[in-house]
Amino acid sequence: MSTSKPQFVYVTYISTTPEKLWNALTDGELTKQYWVRHRNASDWKPGSPWRHEDYDNPKLVDIAGQVLESAPPRRLVLTWANPSDLADPAKVSRVTFEIEPVKDIVRLTVTHEELESESAMLKGITMGWPIVLSSLKTFLETGTAIPMTTTREGWH
Amino acid sequence: MDANPVFKALADATRRKLLDRLRASNGQTLGELCEPLDMSRQAATKHLVILENAGLVVAVWRGREKLHYLNPVPIHEIYERWIGKFERQRLRALHDLKKQLEDPS
Repeated sequence: MSTSKPQFVYVTYISTTPEKLWNALTDGELTKQYWVRHRNASDWKPGSPWRHEDYDNPKLVDIAGQVLESAPPRRLVLTWANPSDLADPAKVSRVTFEIEPVKDIVRLTVTHEELESESAMLKGITMGWPIVLSSLKTFLETGTAIPMTTTREGWH
Repeated sequence: MDANPVFKALADATRRKLLDRLRASNGQTLGELCEPLDMSRQAATKHLVILENAGLVVAVWRGREKLHYLNPVPIHEIYERWIGKFERQRLRALHDLKKQLEDPS
């Protein structure tokens, strides 16, 4: 494991349970609701591949990688890259989801590290994570996600 | 989450400056943050606690170093509350126009 300094740390408190939050991150039927109609697809076992693909056209894969650690419902670590960049270690970043119960709610921490500086991926995630995470929170708390995240068209 | 702590934290020029500094360079230590601001560590700590309690700054321990990160998620939640789906593009266009007109270069 690298000891590099994380580049982004996002935290959101969600009124839900760790199990429901884990499912919302790993079940494609749920990710499509708040993650711009994309499916996060994998068996979520350490060493397995994962894909962030268009729900209606799974051949369109925007992000892909490997599951590095998987401890449901508390911790998930993934590598993260454009599918065409997976062979280039400089372009593969790492995302860690940590789920901790705090009193009656759950704290979700998303850490994104080893991003290539000045890259399109860096730009994209800087804009993307706050939107996706606040939509995830709204979806879990109200049953309906933020409109701009429910369709591909809404995003732009 | 209650939005009051977020607004209270943002209603202070020094704290907004600290957030600007984290946006420019994420993951700074207390020392790195106060040095160019000519601020005592004690004063900076007080402001950072308020920012952390509002969820605008997240602290991560790396060995013995405490690193501070800008967490824009609560600000996005405020944005979503008042900005509708159809206003978004018009607001972005206006913002881009303003930036372009105000940029002296």
